[in-house]
Amino acid sequence: MRELRIHGRGGQGAVVASKVLAVAVFREGRWVQSFPAFGVERRGAPVTAFLRIADAPIRLRCEIKAPDDLIVLDPTLVEAIDVASGLKEGGGILINTDRPPSYYEELASRYRVATVDASRIAAEHGIGSRTQPIVNTAILGAFARWSGLVDLESVCGAIDEEIAYRAEANMEAAREAAEALVIHEAAPEVVNA
Amino acid sequence: MKKVIVGNHAVSLGVKLARVEVVSAYPITPQTQVVEMLSEMCASGELAARFIKVESEHSAMAACCGASAAGTRTFTASSSQGLALMHEMLHWAGNGRHPVVMANINRAMGPGWNVWTDQNDSLSQRDTGWIQLYCETNQEVLDTTIQAFKLAEAVDLPVMVILDAFYLSHTSEPVEIPDQDLVDEFLPRREARLKLDTSDPRSFGSLVRPEDYMEMRWDQQQAMTTALRMYEEIDADWKILTGRRWGAIEPYRMDDAELVLVTSGTVTSTAREVIDQRREDGEMIGLLKVKMFRPFPSAAIRRALRGVDRVAVLDRNVSPGHSGIFAEEIRAALYDVPPDDRPWLHGYVLGLGGRDVTPATIEEIIERAWAVDTPPREDLWVGLKT
Repeated sequence: MRELRIHGRGGQGAVVASKVLAVAVFREGRWVQSFPAFGVERRGAPVTAFLRIADAPIRLRCEIKAPDDLIVLDPTLVEAIDVASGLKEGGGILINTDRPPSYYEELASRYRVATVDASRIAAEHGIGSRTQPIVNTAILGAFARWSGLVDLESVCGAIDEEIAYRAEANMEAAREAAEALVIHEAAPEVVNA
Repeated sequence: MKKVIVGNHAVSLGVKLARVEVVSAYPITPQTQVVEMLSEMCASGELAARFIKVESEHSAMAACCGASAAGTRTFTASSSQGLALMHEMLHWAGNGRHPVVMANINRAMGPGWNVWTDQNDSLSQRDTGWIQLYCETNQEVLDTTIQAFKLAEAVDLPVMVILDAFYLSHTSEPVEIPDQDLVDEFLPRREARLKLDTSDPRSFGSLVRPEDYMEMRWDQQQAMTTALRMYEEIDADWKILTGRRWGAIEPYRMDDAELVLVTSGTVTSTAREVIDQRREDGEMIGLLKVKMFRPFPSAAIRRALRGVDRVAVLDRNVSPGHSGIFAEEIRAALYDVPPDDRPWLHGYVLGLGGRDVTPATIEEIIERAWAVDTPPREDLWVGLKT
């Protein structure tokens, strides 16, 4: 079983990202369970969403406290909250930022860090607004390549299924973000689940 | 077709497949998505139903009673305080024998204000004359919603389909969505035995004097007894069509079990995980899932637990001043078992107000249940901060 946590801010689409990723994995014939942090949300406030992936039906029905990997939709969260809280040793962190992974020196010393400028890519594809691009689909493209957990084309298929508005542009953004992924050089080999 | 959906939408899709004719509801967190999707289906014509907007849950249930009395297939959804506000009208549906189906998303009662899961909202409505079915997975939610209409209309009793807030309502997982043809075969249009009809006028809900009231309640009681048997038949029919059945109760890995956990709702799934591991280690441990709370399947529970050494009942609810409510009911059911075969019953209260129930929580209960040498006097509260 692989457990993921997605960090974003209310309105950025963290919950949708967990659903799209769940559908992508499900399309490959595996079992999934995705859920938001339980409770109430406010636009702009930090939000989290979760995903379990397994080869058999998932029976754990409790919160995810020690994820294997993180996806961070908003780089300001790295400063604002302890994003790595509970993250398993050697776990992965994929951050949406224009900075290289080496910028996150402390995190990179303990975890596998990768970055992708999903904001720029989403904005160039006109997803969301220029100042507030919606990055959830783009970063999933990068995640597919980085994690090896799911095929990029499965992510695109899931985007087509789940995103009602301009699915094509979102798929393009995902593909471009996969190309734009930057992996920390010192990072150990990625272990596939 | 299999789709990854949240529990709330599993309800909405079940209701659509049941070809419901009237929906009346007032939105409340966390069930809002149930009626949100249904209102969209009504607006687009995807579901040929009348959506009656109301100003409160009390009115929603009143509208459902009226629509059901007119002979239509009727649905609503609610949660916690919303369900509590319906209380008077729940009796009206129950005693009035209106086969309304409602989804209740289990949520703690306030204050303290809390939107998280807990069974006290629905269990507080125990005596209103509603059948209550607790679900464990989103698949079970969808299947049970469809089954509920068939059961309700077969015995003229309202049915509450119950699912845990967030752990099901807002959790996405794969669900097999049956074809409309299959559901049509299983659940034909409702044929009301008695209905509001201007060409054949009748009176509903009029004064019933002492010389008739007891007979009316006796009929209701008989209908509940019939519902127990009827659910097994309906469930068996569903299995023929879909390959799935759920059971009023479900014994799991109970062969020669010396300790049996009794669970309901999503705690069941997490407990199965722990039970499997311990069985692999050779521990004689099993699980009994209780899906149907009213009518209470006492005889089946007695049969399942007779001769077991220890029974640990896990309650995500409490009756203040007494104990966990499932523990209470099961204790009463076991009284008829001869003392030599009667298990010790351990009650555990856990997970109130959405407190997370993890494998570690279940492990703690199992360890305590094995360790106790005399029948415990009162419930243990698990996970309390000290």
